[in-house]
Amino acid sequence: MELWNWLEYAAWALSAAFGLHMLLDWLKTDSTYSEDVLTSSREGELEAMAEEHKGMTP
Amino acid sequence: MTNFDITSKTMDGMGPHGTKVGLLRVLGPTHVWALGVGIVLVGEYMGWNFAVGKGGAYAALIACWFAGILYTCVAMIDSEVTSTVASAGGQYTQAKHIIGPLMAFNVGLYLVFAYTMLEAANAITAGYLFSVVATMSGYEAALDQRPFIVLVIMFLAWLNYRGVLATLTFNLVITAIAFLAIIVLFLATSGIAGGGIMEHAALFEGYELPYGWIGVLAAMHFGLWFYLGIEGTTQAAEEVRSPARALPFGTLAGIMTLLIAASLTWYVSTGVLPWEFLGDGVNGSVAPLFDTARLSGSTGLIWLLGFGTLFATLASANGCINDASRAWFAMGRDKYLPGWFGAVHPKYRTPYRSIVFLVPIALIFALGAPLDQVITFSILSGLLGYTFMPLNIILFRRKWPLNSIKRGYEHPFHPLPAITLLTLCGVTFFAVFLGYGTQLVAMVGFYIVVSLWFHFWRYRFVNRGAQFTMPWPKPRGY
Repeated sequence: MELWNWLEYAAWALSAAFGLHMLLDWLKTDSTYSEDVLTSSREGELEAMAEEHKGMTP
Repeated sequence: MTNFDITSKTMDGMGPHGTKVGLLRVLGPTHVWALGVGIVLVGEYMGWNFAVGKGGAYAALIACWFAGILYTCVAMIDSEVTSTVASAGGQYTQAKHIIGPLMAFNVGLYLVFAYTMLEAANAITAGYLFSVVATMSGYEAALDQRPFIVLVIMFLAWLNYRGVLATLTFNLVITAIAFLAIIVLFLATSGIAGGGIMEHAALFEGYELPYGWIGVLAAMHFGLWFYLGIEGTTQAAEEVRSPARALPFGTLAGIMTLLIAASLTWYVSTGVLPWEFLGDGVNGSVAPLFDTARLSGSTGLIWLLGFGTLFATLASANGCINDASRAWFAMGRDKYLPGWFGAVHPKYRTPYRSIVFLVPIALIFALGAPLDQVITFSILSGLLGYTFMPLNIILFRRKWPLNSIKRGYEHPFHPLPAITLLTLCGVTFFAVFLGYGTQLVAMVGFYIVVSLWFHFWRYRFVNRGAQFTMPWPKPRGY
């Protein structure tokens, strides 16, 4: 078997490893944290912080 | 007040309005540059040369510079709006604030389609590059490109999943190498450093404009390829440390880089390769810069441009995954799509569900669709997005005039850039219609159907109370 045949198999194996790592981590994350925490991101937080700072300035 | 300090280690990423886990603000202007230029630079390495086939070398240069004007307008307009509406989603979020939900939904889809298709096209190209390397190394059988296509998508998705800083630092390094490779090729072949091999006069003689001015018009379609994707810098808005500074700086430095890279690319390629060969990107010159390096006879240049081509392809796919996932995430967060997509990974602080969800879609297009169709659908979605931008900035300036809100950057000569952009978009639509009329009509038809679906069904689920998040005064006239 030539080098490039080995590289083809290596590419399949690495792809599977990356995919599997993401999937396992995804399942672990979803089972560890509540959906409220995971989807708590809100748009405009920095702007809101800036406004609060501005409001607190005497 | 310390609880709201975004530099705090203990409260990092948490906000005062409910965010427990948010995207991480770790990027600087160089990352913004790497994101924008990284997505685009592959267009210098391949693809733009179809413009030469449409109208000859001069037509490609005219298209290159007209498209350069179009994208300079895009970069200026984007810099102003995004440095003010600094949130993930980029143009989608801009449309939501400035025009309305239906426009935002469409723009969000343009972004996701343009970037996912471009990612698929890059993966196909990377697979092809591996097969070229295999042939050059003496491998006689036909290489199975599929494992390499899949590996590119899976590796880059994994990198994106693990964190934005590593992802865009990786992009910065490989994009810088790819850009420097073009500079080195220019210096080595133009006669500035070493013997020159340029033969412009001889190669152009009798073929200045082989198809006349209609050829110039047709070349516009592929002229976009020199810059397509620079608007992607806006997707980093929620992850840069200083949006008002980093976004305009990174975006404008990016378009300047691309104008230089595009002009040098045209100069070296047309000075060495005959226009008939250069203009045939399928059976002729697939990778013009690499072919120019091969004709130079320098082994060092061949290796450098070979790596440059591969790096540019990887950087583009990497940036596309970053951008498509941010747009999808932002739409999920607002419930334009199921809210489930609006999740952020508590450790890596990336929109992990959006990243993983888009992987199989990219794989389907990369493994099952022809490259030219994938590229065309990407360009068409991008073009629809560019048409939205001038309308967006005109309404933005009308509703919130200068000095009514704080802007990170104010673009000059308004409304001239908006009018120029709109006109050039019209010309490019006509040019696309000449070559890909059926796809254009199919694409517009698709967006009409999904717009109806959004209006009559999906909009009831949208989180309407949280639509407008910017602390701006009421728009003028409302």
